[in-house]
Amino acid sequence: MIAVLLPLPVLVPLLGAGLALVLGRRPRGQRVVSLASLTVALAAAVSLVVLVDRDGPESLEVGRWAPGVGISLVADRLSVLMLVVSATVLLGVLVYAVGEGVTDGDRSGTPVSIFHPTYLVLAAGVANAFLAGDLFNLYVGFEVLLAASYVLLTLGGTAARVQAGITYVVVSLISSFLFLVGIALVYAVTGTLNMAQVSLRMAEVPADVQVVVHLVLLLAFGIKAAVFPLSAWLPDSYPTAAAPVTAVFAGLLTKVGVYAVVRTETLLFTEDSQRTLLLVAAVATMVVGALGAIAQSDIKRLLSFTLVSHIGYMVFGVGLGSEQGLAGALYYVGHHILIQTALFLVVGLVERRAGSTSLLRLGGLATTAPALAVLFFVPAMNLGGIPPLSGFLGKAVLLQAGVADGGPLAWTAVAGAALTSLLTLYAVAKVWGKAFWRPLDAVPPADPGADAGDGAPRTGSSAARTATVLTDVADSDAGSTRVTTAPRAAETLPASRSMWGATIGLVAVTLGLTVFAGPLTALTATAAADLVRPSVYVTAVLVEGEAGLSGGEVGLPPEPGTPGARTAP
Amino acid sequence: MSANAVYLLLVAVLFSAGVYLVLDRSLTRVLLGVLLVSNGINVLVLSVSGPAGGPPLYGTTPVEEMSDPLPQALILTAIVITLGVASFFLALTYRSWALDEREDVRDDVEDVRLAALRHDEDARSGSDPDDYGDDPQAGGDR
Repeated sequence: MIAVLLPLPVLVPLLGAGLALVLGRRPRGQRVVSLASLTVALAAAVSLVVLVDRDGPESLEVGRWAPGVGISLVADRLSVLMLVVSATVLLGVLVYAVGEGVTDGDRSGTPVSIFHPTYLVLAAGVANAFLAGDLFNLYVGFEVLLAASYVLLTLGGTAARVQAGITYVVVSLISSFLFLVGIALVYAVTGTLNMAQVSLRMAEVPADVQVVVHLVLLLAFGIKAAVFPLSAWLPDSYPTAAAPVTAVFAGLLTKVGVYAVVRTETLLFTEDSQRTLLLVAAVATMVVGALGAIAQSDIKRLLSFTLVSHIGYMVFGVGLGSEQGLAGALYYVGHHILIQTALFLVVGLVERRAGSTSLLRLGGLATTAPALAVLFFVPAMNLGGIPPLSGFLGKAVLLQAGVADGGPLAWTAVAGAALTSLLTLYAVAKVWGKAFWRPLDAVPPADPGADAGDGAPRTGSSAARTATVLTDVADSDAGSTRVTTAPRAAETLPASRSMWGATIGLVAVTLGLTVFAGPLTALTATAAADLVRPSVYVTAVLVEGEAGLSGGEVGLPPEPGTPGARTAP
Repeated sequence: MSANAVYLLLVAVLFSAGVYLVLDRSLTRVLLGVLLVSNGINVLVLSVSGPAGGPPLYGTTPVEEMSDPLPQALILTAIVITLGVASFFLALTYRSWALDEREDVRDDVEDVRLAALRHDEDARSGSDPDDYGDDPQAGGDR
């Protein structure tokens, strides 16, 4: 049963991607294929959660190679939790994207035929990264999702997106190279890349060598997870993409990096500890990100900064290293994936309704679009950590873990986390006050010279957008002259029913995190208990993986002296 | 483990040349730097597989004299990935050039806006404080 279920979240989206590519000229067929494959992936992830939570970690050796030789897929409680949250988000955003594509038609310039296959490849890459049982497979998962994300980020190929894409591609390449160097070093010192075996053998490696390998891997994952000071690329690249693309990137991609950091800390390096470094980075990420968010005048950029800021909470939990800290971090990861995606989807709706995401232009949305206001208000307060919402619960667990730790650094991190929570609240309250609450006639008249919209001011598409925003403001501002030459098209696009449905659904799921907080924290607590005892994972892969193989040609894991292990010192 | 000094020297040269090129503003040079670094990593992976031996085919070479085949498989995968990403990067570079005949890393939009804002502020006092960007220290050097 598990042998069938385990590869499904990776294989089904990949097969779906191939099929969607074949159906390139039939948008309806593509839509059916991608919705169906992501639904199957979600169903597989849910059943994996049930199975793994009941029976403990499961592993599968693809092609029945002996553990340590072939590709192994491992589902422990952490993996399946991440899988089910990511599958939910991917499906939700796909429904939104389909809705947007339907109402936009070809006018948006997005080559729709390429969207579905790429999106499915992204889903497969994310699932592969979560299920990977060896480091190189993790690298491949990363590369698959990154390659897909390059395409999605630059969809349409406008000047602003190409420029953002270049930054993103170069930074991602460098982090991948660092990861590859880390893999080479791990192989050099342990003679294996299977994470369970690395976990066993790393204990025998000299401490100073461990530090070097550890730091290289943390550096690579730190760039992917956007931990300060490696986070500058994120607010420059994410906001320019299409709304559903930004939403799914914001929700998922950095969290894959966080997942890799968790694995590095809890499984690969059980002896060597970089807790001080992680805690310092966590505080810096939280505070700097939140301060950056306050300074922004564009909602998408502001949310990108809060995204960076809240990565700090997860790193904080991992840096504490205690079972409670990890449990808090895991709950927070799930919460933050859903909340950030929901917020970006809402902002996508705002952009359609008002034609802009700049706080200098928006106003009066609470009266003109009350449903939108509610949809924004709930997740925004959740992000700010207002009780009793899940953001508050996640932060409370983390702060408790920090207080329980009691060290001076942990207390600093607790203070930083509390401060960041307030700063985040201020940032989202600013958005609420300006875009939703302030009356329309309080919006200052547009000044073309000081345009603060997104993208490069001089490029074609942005110029068009500036012009539309101008009409928008001119219409609402009674005394001003009308800008008749500007295109009126992008001013208020109708949002389709599935866009509303997807956004409402995701917001409802974030509320579900609060309602079902009891069972969920119980689940994250067991997952964290597994994590602090790496032997659980190791046994599942090496012992049970071995036993699960039928047939007589089963090899043993490489002993010293066989090729796989002969480079060990 | 005994490491091959020639390999390591080669890795050092490829890395330093690659990093130098990646720091350039021209995207073509950045791509060349990326390719050099990726080749450096491939050599590094090769060097961690230990001394070269016979072909790792069962029956042709005694087990003790076989080369370690795993790093070679890793390198092949890495080469394929780099090839794909490099071609995409070339396409991006070409698109950037086609759009406005430039193929270099631009000044950060926010930084430019910030500089303009400062300039304006000198001229007329009392600008909207919410209009500030995120890092006032970064000049137009990115």
